[in-house]
Amino acid sequence: MNQRTIVYAVLGLALIALPFVYRDPYPLHIIILILIWSFAYTSWSMMGRFGLVSLGHGGFMGIGAYVTALMWNHLGVTPWIGIPIALICAGALAVVVAYPCFRFRITGHYFVLVTLALSGIVLQVITATRDFTGGSLGYTPERTKGNHIVALQFDDKTTWYLIALGVWAAGIVIWHLVDRSMARYALEAISEDEDAAAAAGVNVTFEKLRITVISALMTALAGALYCQYQMFISPDTVSGIAVSLQMVFAVVVGGIYVALGPTVGAVITIALAEGLRIGFGTKAVGWDNLVYGVLLVLFIIFLPKGILGSLLDRFSARR
Amino acid sequence: MDSFLELFDIYLVEAMINGILLGGVLALLALGLNLIFGVIDVTWICYAELVMIGMYGMYYLVQYYGLSYYLAAPLAIVLVAILGALLHFLVIEPLLSGPPINQLLATGGVLFVLQSFATVAFGIDFRNLGIRLPVLAFGEMHFSYSRLLAFAAAAIGMIVVYFFMKRTYIGTAIRAIAQDRQIMALMGVDTRRIYLITSALGGALAGLAACLLVLQYDVHPFVGLSFGPITFLICVLGGLGNFVGGFAAAFLFAQIISLGGLFSDLEWGYVLAFAFFILMMFIRPAGLLAKRQ
Repeated sequence: MNQRTIVYAVLGLALIALPFVYRDPYPLHIIILILIWSFAYTSWSMMGRFGLVSLGHGGFMGIGAYVTALMWNHLGVTPWIGIPIALICAGALAVVVAYPCFRFRITGHYFVLVTLALSGIVLQVITATRDFTGGSLGYTPERTKGNHIVALQFDDKTTWYLIALGVWAAGIVIWHLVDRSMARYALEAISEDEDAAAAAGVNVTFEKLRITVISALMTALAGALYCQYQMFISPDTVSGIAVSLQMVFAVVVGGIYVALGPTVGAVITIALAEGLRIGFGTKAVGWDNLVYGVLLVLFIIFLPKGILGSLLDRFSARR
Repeated sequence: MDSFLELFDIYLVEAMINGILLGGVLALLALGLNLIFGVIDVTWICYAELVMIGMYGMYYLVQYYGLSYYLAAPLAIVLVAILGALLHFLVIEPLLSGPPINQLLATGGVLFVLQSFATVAFGIDFRNLGIRLPVLAFGEMHFSYSRLLAFAAAAIGMIVVYFFMKRTYIGTAIRAIAQDRQIMALMGVDTRRIYLITSALGGALAGLAACLLVLQYDVHPFVGLSFGPITFLICVLGGLGNFVGGFAAAFLFAQIISLGGLFSDLEWGYVLAFAFFILMMFIRPAGLLAKRQ
């Protein structure tokens, strides 16, 4: 056990020290994006691993990003207050949509389609309120003239790297906390057989609602972070079905049942997209998604546990 | 004041009739999806993308190969029907024994593939057939001919499917499998073949919808996203696999969109429809026509 602790501590310190040793802005930028998206994917997998497949997470992410940016631009509210408000909005929406779903036992296909509608709604609302949100052209939070910390806008990549790393690590910790809690057993029982779980004394609606809200809050936080880091959001990059499917894809490729699976998925997808973009330039438009799509289908058919999940399986089988 | 009311009423009637016309195409889309769901128990997330490919098919057949619209339409329908059968054969069939969610996610992957294939192969320009159909005027109300045509063709398509399901041997087998998929295999029905035929039929309906939509809308790789979600909403609202429910929900939705668009932008019509959908999920979670438990 001690040996493991030391390994984790060394790895953690190495991750924290990275931006101070290695200052090349472009790779750092990619790593920050990977961390932010990993966090979003991890929050999706919190639900996804229990068979609660949601295609509404694009909606939660969009709310996180847009509410934060709109509060800052129109009301001058600092993101330190705006982000909690955005999280409350996302959480409230999650409850409003998920509660009737779980209360009335809407599962499987129905649940997926209802949540799919949710991302559609958020996308349409953002596009329709174009006077405030800039519609499909996108939206930019105003650059601050005052304090950078109040505005949560930083010019140097090192600060952002540390923020993203902290949030990502928090996501992994939450994943482990859920993994070790009683809720995990309850949710696994629910995903196997809801009626049997209910008969065994599990409060099905409450357990599902709780994990959904946790997942939605984390996704909204990822959206807000993405907005603050990129300083540009558009409905297509932070909301809608495409983003929801992107989350599903990354998690399935990385491994849905292991803590670092979504992170591996994020590394693979973003590296693939960037690699294609650098290698082929503008000719590569569309190719990355084409490769994603084919890979997603192949993975679901041949390797449903994902890359990391299958590797860990093989590793533990050999031992 | 009087004249204002009169004017308002005419717009209202026009919007309502346009809503009915829109409902025809939406009902057609919902029918295809419901058919697949009812029989194979799979949701094609990429359904609207099949329609998109069909629209491109129409565009190329008409604009590049110079075929007339009525000659190109059957070809496009066959093309999408083949795509539907291929989708089932390549993606769904290997996953049929797995968890149902996997099938749904795999078609999500196909959505990516089709969208980006269209981006790579056709570019992201907006294209249209270049056919301008006349606008019909009844008194002071205006209806586009393309919408009337779409409605009529959708209605005929649905009637043909209805008789196919009721009167032919294969149609009967399809309905029987929708009721009990294990037993029918024991009764000597080749389920694999029925699944393939159903998928092709679902594809053909998507193809027909494509031929009709291409008259009204420009085609681009992401056009599927503009009516895909609404189709899913209609199916869920009507109850997945419930043909009559889907039909009713399509017209209800079309009215909301059309009337909502009358008072404000078209997007607000959609937002209204979505809000209505969520409200209905509270009241009738198993679909419009489902019996209460």
